[in-house]
Amino acid sequence: MAHDHTKCGDVFALLSEYLDVELPPEACEQIREHVEGCAPCVEFAESLKRTVELCKEYEPETMPKPVSAAAKAELMAAWRKTSGRV
Amino acid sequence: MLKAEEAELARRLLGGDEAAFEPFMEHFRRKIFHHTILMCGNREDAEEVAQEAMLKVFGKLDQLHDPEQVRPWVFRIARNECLMKRRKSVFAPQRELSLEEFRPAREEGENGPRIEIADWTDVPGDALLREELRSQIGQAIGELPETYRAVVLMRDVEELTTEETARVLEISTDLVKQRLHRGRLALRKSLDEYLRIAGRG
Repeated sequence: MAHDHTKCGDVFALLSEYLDVELPPEACEQIREHVEGCAPCVEFAESLKRTVELCKEYEPETMPKPVSAAAKAELMAAWRKTSGRV
Repeated sequence: MLKAEEAELARRLLGGDEAAFEPFMEHFRRKIFHHTILMCGNREDAEEVAQEAMLKVFGKLDQLHDPEQVRPWVFRIARNECLMKRRKSVFAPQRELSLEEFRPAREEGENGPRIEIADWTDVPGDALLREELRSQIGQAIGELPETYRAVVLMRDVEELTTEETARVLEISTDLVKQRLHRGRLALRKSLDEYLRIAGRG
């Protein structure tokens, strides 16, 4: 049977939920079956998956200034107060 | 730092262990700063929000009932501080992202349809390219409309679950999923354009 490319739109709309394994098992299975035989969907899904991986690896270049002694003392005092250690 | 390590530090702090204070403070102060700089786009605001939020975190620590939930709990406080800060500044109009604008162009090839996207096959193995893309993604996240940016930061950068993100942002899980998908598609498109310019189209 020829591959049904009309399903590509459904896959496109649900791809994040599919990659995050957040779809009901039946919908997940349908998408898996479609994607296995669909080169454009595989290619697109790979690029989206790589994008998510890059987000997870993202480390900002700018760092905060070291905390000043006064700011640190203020934080310590707030903690001591709540933990009843004043 | 892993969520489990954060939970352990929170547990020690709740138990009154002073040695946990410094690593906990440094870790979350940095996290809040990085989150805020991407939300507010300004270093000064980010420094201020980080300090104000950490004051609230330490001031309310006795209200953290489940140390395992320390990351979403801290981010909820940080988000409120961030919103307070924004109220004082100018609000940019919010743009809605639609699925349609991210659907790749298709054309019929000899072996069925093909889509017009860049070549991503080198991305996993090419360390230099990954480095470039990581810096590119920071810029792309900063350019997302705020509602989408907030969800992407919580889900994909801070790795909160859908439910945790919904609670932090006070929106439904369905809306988290919808905004996450559209935000990711926008980031994908932005990286795709970068790869094409880099000659990988």
